[in-house]
Amino acid sequence: MKAVTWAGRNTVEVREVPDPTILNGRDAIVRVTSTAICGSDLHLVDGYVPTMQDGDVLGHEFMGEVVEVGPGVDPAKLRVGDRVVVPFPIACGACGACAAELYSCCENSNPNAGIAEKMFGHPLGGIFGYSHLTGGYAGGQAEYVRVPFADVGPLKVGPDLTDEQVLFLSDILPTGYMGAEMCDIQPSDVVAVWGAGPVGQFAADSARVLGAARVVVIDKEPYRLRMAEEAGFTTINFDDVDVRSRLLELTGGRGPDKCIDAVGLEATHGSAHVNAYDRVKQAVRSETERPHALRQAILSCRSGGIVSVIGVYGGMMDKFPAGAWMNRSLTLRTGQTHAHRYMKPLLERIERGEIDPTRIITHRMPLADAPRAFEIFKNKQDNCEKVVLTP
Amino acid sequence: MALRSAKRAERAPVRRRGRALGLVSLCLGLAQVAAPHAVRRLSGVDDSATSRRVVPLVGARELVHAAGLLAGRRVGPWAWTRVAGDAMDLASLAVALGNRGGQRRGRLVGVTGAVLGITALDVLTAVQATRAREKGGTVELTATTTVRRPVEEVYSFWRGLEHLPSFMTHLEEVRVTGEKTSRWRATAPFGKTVEWDAEIVDEEPGVRIGWRSTGDADVPNTGKVWFVPAPDDVSTEVHVVMAYDIPGGKIGKAVARYFGEEPHQQLDDDLRRLKQVLETGEVVRSDGAPWGKRAREEFPQRPAQPLSPEELAKGEPA
Repeated sequence: MKAVTWAGRNTVEVREVPDPTILNGRDAIVRVTSTAICGSDLHLVDGYVPTMQDGDVLGHEFMGEVVEVGPGVDPAKLRVGDRVVVPFPIACGACGACAAELYSCCENSNPNAGIAEKMFGHPLGGIFGYSHLTGGYAGGQAEYVRVPFADVGPLKVGPDLTDEQVLFLSDILPTGYMGAEMCDIQPSDVVAVWGAGPVGQFAADSARVLGAARVVVIDKEPYRLRMAEEAGFTTINFDDVDVRSRLLELTGGRGPDKCIDAVGLEATHGSAHVNAYDRVKQAVRSETERPHALRQAILSCRSGGIVSVIGVYGGMMDKFPAGAWMNRSLTLRTGQTHAHRYMKPLLERIERGEIDPTRIITHRMPLADAPRAFEIFKNKQDNCEKVVLTP
Repeated sequence: MALRSAKRAERAPVRRRGRALGLVSLCLGLAQVAAPHAVRRLSGVDDSATSRRVVPLVGARELVHAAGLLAGRRVGPWAWTRVAGDAMDLASLAVALGNRGGQRRGRLVGVTGAVLGITALDVLTAVQATRAREKGGTVELTATTTVRRPVEEVYSFWRGLEHLPSFMTHLEEVRVTGEKTSRWRATAPFGKTVEWDAEIVDEEPGVRIGWRSTGDADVPNTGKVWFVPAPDDVSTEVHVVMAYDIPGGKIGKAVARYFGEEPHQQLDDDLRRLKQVLETGEVVRSDGAPWGKRAREEFPQRPAQPLSPEELAKGEPA
């Protein structure tokens, strides 16, 4: 079959690889009908996540049709022929973390837990196509994919909704939603979202659905800010104005009540010398993050507010504003998305028309064009916001 | 999860002395490099032009000893480098003694005496450190995990003994031969297998199981596992202690290598798989680590892409 593979830093190749087979009794094989490129795939391609190997199949946002199930899959839960969206974290459904609905922290789904434990103190769960640190699972930017614990994760969807309407239930819609949910939004809240990429857009949508008084979106790409404006959000371009001052203006000097970092470790900063400082430290590997968005969110948030982090971080951060965080009673909340929790309720919101995930799709391309798709998405060419690939 | 090693405890005094000698080297080296003239005067060789060049060089050498002894993992080889250095120093001192008289000779005799004393200590440390490696010793490993299953179930699974190879890396088979006795077979270095008999020596149902090898096992071993109800009232904490008498000589070295750089990591991984088997029914496989309990032997892993039919046929353990 054809699959998108990691071929060293800054290189992806579509290669011919073997078809997947059942390895564990509770596996299913899914024929992929739609898949997408995620911003976090760029962290892998840019070389900021360790333990990638030449030939790793990428992709953790995908959906399709079940074509084979292992002998251990409960037929009441999943059968051949079912149309499913697959959540990006792999979760067993039986361990302590899964029992607490912390699916992305599953204690059993990562065969390389020992390595992850060395880096993070405790292991991570497995994730499709997302380095060997998260298990070494082949991803879904392919014609077929093996889905472990298929009776736990995949969400069955009926024929009434299109692929494009439900595909993002696999990751970015639940991720944006969890970012807003962690903010514990009150009707009087002004919520600021750093990043107008796909996750930032969905975090803003979710903040509105959860009842925020006003949502402000921060980025520097005019076309991405335009997309947020068209959806009805206030925007700030950090290339044009000072973000903190503008946020103070917008909130009568209070600062946003809740802040969402939907950027993560490859942020850019409006000021060239600040940007250069972290870029150089990252290049010589003396820090793994460029945390401009997070620093700014912490400094901008009103005292007693919540800073919710859904942008991805990988290791060690420099110049974390711990003083602001501690002295001003801020709450920091974060996590890899526990996607399983949110898929069904969000599917219902899509069915009711409360959220339209298709609004962010700008590019539809065949899987074979993946290298070009990565290129334009990474370099923000051709006003690219989100690419859907079809095998 | 933690490692305690009785073998390490046994070597601790030698290791400590190695570190102390490293500190001596550090002080001497710093003095010789930073203040060579003072050192030359104290040693009674301040009249020689050769010593002006030699003393800082000897100082630099001392700093190398210090780095090895203070930062290195093994005391033995670095202690031997100090013995070699002592021999050089004594030879130089002998030459210097032959050429001098009076007060300078007196100082040289004092320095030579001190170097002879330190040489004796260096030789003792080097010999002991080398012997300790050859003698083998006991390796004791501890690990713990929490399994979200009731105590009775986890206890019965372990007490069944035949289940142990499903999650323990090196175990191939455990056959129950009596109420308390069993026969164990494990893979050994160089593609061999070893077998031994074991008996349960301490048991309280639902609480703990203790066992030990009997007869002439190649690697005499004991093990004990406790099953403790976790505070959540649904899970069981499993605490394991295993001890292996590693034989001396070549076999011991091979066994030690087989355990790997971090033997406790193997036991940790064994317990992770125990948890997988009890909670999910089997050992979890990925494309990068497709062979379950053999995962750790395969680092760096194969790429995270599906296996070819040939790989599948070849890789599946018998």
